[in-house]
Amino acid sequence: MPPVLTVRDLSKAFGAIRAVDGVSFDVHPGEILGLIGPNGSGKSTLFNCILGQLAPDTGRVEVNGRDVSGRRACDLNKLGVGRTFQQLSVFPQMTVLDNIIVAGQEHRGTMIGRLFGAPDAGLTAEADRMIEFFRLSHLRDEMAGSLSYGQQKLVDAAMAFMAGPSLVLLDEPAGGVNLTMLANLKDRLVAYNREHATTFVVIEHNMEFVMALCSRIIVLAEGRVIAEGTPEEIRSNQTVIDAYLGG
Amino acid sequence: MRGTLRIVFLLLGLGVLVVAPLGQGNYVIYLLCSWLIFTIAAMGLNLTLGYAGQISLAQASFMAIGAYTTAIVTLAGWPWVVGMLLGVVECLIVGLLLGFPALRVKGHFLAFVTLAFNVLVFLVSRNEEWLTGGIYGLSGMPRPSVLGFSTMKQLPFYYFTLFVFVVFAALMYGIIRSPWGRAFKALRENPIRAESLGVDTRRLTLLAFAIGSAGGGLAGALVSPLVQYIDPTSFAFGHSLRILLMVVVGGSGYFFGPMLGAAIVILMPEFLRFTEGYYLMIYAVLVIVLMVYCPSGLIGLGAKLRDLVRRKPVERGDLKAGAQL
Repeated sequence: MPPVLTVRDLSKAFGAIRAVDGVSFDVHPGEILGLIGPNGSGKSTLFNCILGQLAPDTGRVEVNGRDVSGRRACDLNKLGVGRTFQQLSVFPQMTVLDNIIVAGQEHRGTMIGRLFGAPDAGLTAEADRMIEFFRLSHLRDEMAGSLSYGQQKLVDAAMAFMAGPSLVLLDEPAGGVNLTMLANLKDRLVAYNREHATTFVVIEHNMEFVMALCSRIIVLAEGRVIAEGTPEEIRSNQTVIDAYLGG
Repeated sequence: MRGTLRIVFLLLGLGVLVVAPLGQGNYVIYLLCSWLIFTIAAMGLNLTLGYAGQISLAQASFMAIGAYTTAIVTLAGWPWVVGMLLGVVECLIVGLLLGFPALRVKGHFLAFVTLAFNVLVFLVSRNEEWLTGGIYGLSGMPRPSVLGFSTMKQLPFYYFTLFVFVVFAALMYGIIRSPWGRAFKALRENPIRAESLGVDTRRLTLLAFAIGSAGGGLAGALVSPLVQYIDPTSFAFGHSLRILLMVVVGGSGYFFGPMLGAAIVILMPEFLRFTEGYYLMIYAVLVIVLMVYCPSGLIGLGAKLRDLVRRKPVERGDLKAGAQL
């Protein structure tokens, strides 16, 4: 099957610093790919270039065989790409239900049609299923800003999945999340991947989390790919140990 | 149950608005008309600022565009509705154009862009005498006739204004309750996240300015026949600040906020007249106290008081899970 995501020779420099330097890789359908590397290795810049929030200097990005280089984030989302952010990125003064609905409504009909259509864009039942899947039903009508950090991370993940994306990029989903929530999050991500065959690309510093979640891992250092392989191969790769994992 | 209560309160409120001017003198009815008209302008700004999070200090300039257009059209012998429609469409287009800088600048930079626009409209209305009458303004605009009934007297004109207000409020409610309203809030709270969820934040920003400005235009179209005399000072920058004050004092981002805010800004000085020279000082102090202790405005204050009366026990959802560790 053709790759869901293709990145070719992607580069991005900030002044003299080459944050991403000729990165190429493919992500295949249903795969959970981990992107790891020390701070400043270019992971988030790479994400932002793929997702249209930064314009790459060179290179090409394809989603499901379609060149999306330079496309805006909202267009990418319509093409089936979801994402989560490193920082909390829910809408704090909206209920959990509204957070989830807003994540799906732009995929329903035309803009004018939405103005004259149902207030919930016909998404309440679907949003409730997503809320239940992420075990947030007891918080459905609470303001998202009043939830704990881990709960907001779960809402953030639920929002990324609401439109039924074929590819989801998760930026440090485990950052700052307590152990219980982390186990819940991992369990939900794996379950979603199995049920929907959705492809994930995960940036993460929590090695235990990433090794348990991902089927393949790419290691970045100074903007370049220094290693690629299964979690076991990465654990024993001397270059990775020297550059990132330590002795 | 909540839905039924809401309808009952709405009908009660409407009933109060219908009987409010009965038995009152011309000045009180004039004040009530002003309140309704400024509420329309403030509701427009509330969409731009309160819901979509885009600061605008130019709402009075859109009132000017609506008022001058209606005045020119009605003085030329055309019906009020033609002038109103022209004024509202002009404001939609100009508001859309004013939204373009908002795609590049935010916060106080955007505030200065809109302030400059307000000054520009003021200068045009003062200097282009052939069109606007310059500093002498325009006068003698006729009040509209509705189905053959004249609104020249104060009471019929009040009911005419109330009708326009109810129609506009219903339209705004429809927008805010629709998925557009949810998208506007998403734009206000986290534009980058909203964009990543498929919300076209550029188009939405332009729409927020266009619709909000159209509210200003409609208010201007009603001011023209109300006062039957307009000049550039009626729409100077200070009036934009007044409309902003109405939105913020009432509760920015709440549907009923502008109604309360406009009531405070327009009606409260009248209630404080017995304090003679001190009324402006008392008024200013009240606004300062409100903003310091309740920045979410009167609606926010109401919500705080309600929470004090019936505290809702909040169960921490993660405690049960934590106990299993």
